Amino acid sequence: MRGLPLAAWAYVCTVVVLAASSIGLSSFDGIDWTTLAVLAVLSVICESAPALLNSENARVSLSYSAGLASVVLLGPTGAAIVGASAIIAWRRDMGVVKRLFNGAQFALSGYLAGVVYSAAGGTTGKPTNGSFPDIIAPYLTAVVTYVAVNLALIGVVLVLTKTAPLWGFRWRPIGSLAAGQLAYGMFGLLIAAPWGLIGPFSAVLVLMPMLLARWAFQQTSDQQQAHAATIAALCQAVETKDYYTRGHSERVSRGAVMIAEAIGMRPERVGAIRYAGMLHDVGKLGVPTKVLQKAGALTEEEYAAIQLHPMRGLEIVREIGFLDEALAGIMHHHERMDGTGYPMGLAGLEIPEFARVISVADAFDVITSTRSYRPARSIEEGIAELRRSAGTHFDPEMVEALIAAITRHGWTQPDPVPPPEEGEETTQQDHDDPSAPLRVAGEGVR
Amino acid sequence: MTAQAGRPRPAWQSLDSAQLLLIAAAGMLIIASVTQVGAVGLEDSRTAILFGALIAIGELLRMIMPGSREVAPIASAGSVGYALLLRVGSEPATHSAFQAVTVTACGTLIGALPHIAVGRIPALDAMARRVLSPALVAFVFRPIGTSSLQHHWPLLITVMVLTVMFACAAEMVTAATIRAEAVRTRFAIAFGDEIRAKVPLCAASGATGILIAVSTFVMGPVALLVFSAPILVTQVAFRRFAGIRATYLQTVRALSQVTEVGGYVEAGHSRRVSELAVQMGRELGMNEEALLELEYAALMHDIGQLSLRDPIPGGATVLASPSEQRRIAGLGANVITETGVLNEVAEIVRRQSEPYRAAEGSAPPLASRVIKVANAYDDLVGASSDRDRSAAVLERLRGDSAAEYDPTVVEALGHVVDRMR
Repeated sequence: MRGLPLAAWAYVCTVVVLAASSIGLSSFDGIDWTTLAVLAVLSVICESAPALLNSENARVSLSYSAGLASVVLLGPTGAAIVGASAIIAWRRDMGVVKRLFNGAQFALSGYLAGVVYSAAGGTTGKPTNGSFPDIIAPYLTAVVTYVAVNLALIGVVLVLTKTAPLWGFRWRPIGSLAAGQLAYGMFGLLIAAPWGLIGPFSAVLVLMPMLLARWAFQQTSDQQQAHAATIAALCQAVETKDYYTRGHSERVSRGAVMIAEAIGMRPERVGAIRYAGMLHDVGKLGVPTKVLQKAGALTEEEYAAIQLHPMRGLEIVREIGFLDEALAGIMHHHERMDGTGYPMGLAGLEIPEFARVISVADAFDVITSTRSYRPARSIEEGIAELRRSAGTHFDPEMVEALIAAITRHGWTQPDPVPPPEEGEETTQQDHDDPSAPLRVAGEGVR
Repeated sequence: MTAQAGRPRPAWQSLDSAQLLLIAAAGMLIIASVTQVGAVGLEDSRTAILFGALIAIGELLRMIMPGSREVAPIASAGSVGYALLLRVGSEPATHSAFQAVTVTACGTLIGALPHIAVGRIPALDAMARRVLSPALVAFVFRPIGTSSLQHHWPLLITVMVLTVMFACAAEMVTAATIRAEAVRTRFAIAFGDEIRAKVPLCAASGATGILIAVSTFVMGPVALLVFSAPILVTQVAFRRFAGIRATYLQTVRALSQVTEVGGYVEAGHSRRVSELAVQMGRELGMNEEALLELEYAALMHDIGQLSLRDPIPGGATVLASPSEQRRIAGLGANVITETGVLNEVAEIVRRQSEPYRAAEGSAPPLASRVIKVANAYDDLVGASSDRDRSAAVLERLRGDSAAEYDPTVVEALGHVVDRMR
């Protein structure tokens, strides 16, 4: 927290002071302290175990439900106190300032939501038979206020601490975050509605499915990570066959993702291309080692064996259901824009988009890493090489996208690889390398 | 996760006795209820239709959980809610248990229609359970709930919770009975698996059912709309969980073929070993979790061969020297350890080549012993379906058992092979 910009300090202090005064300057008449205590405890528990949504940084906790339930049951002041209780949430990853701010922003959100709720005609207190359906409209405005205030307060702090850009926010994750918060906020009404009848037990009933959902989301994200790690490990195992190509799949995957993001692909497709990049050369296993490591010109048969590797790869991954579009990318990653590639000889935009992306990332990584027959080239040389072949070999749009992404985010080249120990055989030419095409006997280079 | 051996049979033929009994019971109960309701007429048809619609939507959104368990949490919550319903707003809800069953059955059937229309046949026994379980709640709770207890809230809630728990338990017992019969495992193991797989969803739909029933007191029919939200979130979460689980298995299955494409092992070897190993594991009383690990390990048991410069002739590790076998197993385990998540699987793979009676140290884990036997059998028999050959191989493995192979595991293989013939 040290090293916060001055503006951020001022902002955090303002929010905390506003929150404190919203609580301190209100009257506490008519607040049901038992209900408040229960809701505060609930809020602390929920805030201590925030649920992970699918996007990495977006955390939505069930304390939203408690906060909004308190808007109905306790009114603005009570809601502010319940929100402020987030300060004592058991979270190891939070420093004092962050805690204070977190509690203050929840308190302020709760207070404002409570004010809006009353202004829109909502009655504070335990809902009864007569409260419905009239309560729904004020409640909705309260939920929207709560979420909007919350997002705005946090958004400003992110901009001030430079963790988020002022312009060019990525709206999609914010949208899904807001949707999650709105949904969780709605559960506040569910907690509040039967409170008069069964008291805190209603919170147990509402939160049980939610906590189970949270557990399942957690499991899902664990499994997703496990899945990605497993694919990476298996790809690595495939790569160990060749000394120089270690890490290639991983880097192609990264490059493909950079291009995909630069051309504005949807997140699901970016996810798919991440796997496609990783798996693009898995079929190389079907190519006999002695062909891959042959020093001289290849015979027609040997060249045919190499040309077959995208199809072999396809054979292996075909049954993986989630890869649908990625399959085309794996199969066609050696097609060329001028139609002289393999396996099908597709040209121009006939080549699936995924394949055009992967082929650029693939070539770029090969050029910028060490091979037995030449040292690694620099990034600038790699870019020049890509530009030179844009239009004939590569899709110019993808080439420019990669270059733009590299200029913005940089590119980590693999460490220079020392020559292998005596006796280890390595590839003498690389089918992926556009700067040193394969030599096929009798036909010159390919 | 089971390999369904043999030709596909018509749906009704593949049902076993427990399933038939269950479906017949559900059918009879539905007929009785519909007749009864037809005779006395539908009470408060508006609420009945609302709940029926919720159940139908829930049925439409049903999903498959790991272990091909068909569940419909929203529908279950709706039917439990209707079974527990005592008042809608200020009007008392006095519908009979028969009416509750009728509404559940109608909702379920209507929700199943679109699935049937596109050719997805529901698991009839799971559907029967989705009707019977809320029926149990209705028949136990409605006589109590409509008595003088009505106004005593804490007691009423307790009764609701107990009834729902009882119905959940009953459902899991029937599901386990059917499963034990279907996959040939012991009831106790099937019941354990069922508890692990179902308790969260049962709890979620039960809690939502109670919540719906209670809040309909306060909010009237609006409650249905609003209170389906938590269970919807739960359903989305669990559906994604089931999805990624299935994808994971698919990926491991697919990528385990790299050894075959690379020419290290015979085509289909990994798949056959894993199918054999899972059946043997079941025979040996392993639970679902252990079986999943066993399946992963069996699929990837030869992955260490990728690190070899040249394939072993024929890919049969059983013919390689013990030290070479152990080296390959170690290399494979290292690859799997790289994932950072499959440590148990790596351990199983690492120890797959150890003899049963090791000179020093403890015996390898059961899963490793299973893979050792399944791998040896498949290396020697391969894709061949020659009975004499498989009998000869079994004899050979039996001869080596006690020292090299675990005799109980070899016996399990004998049973599995007998069944396959």
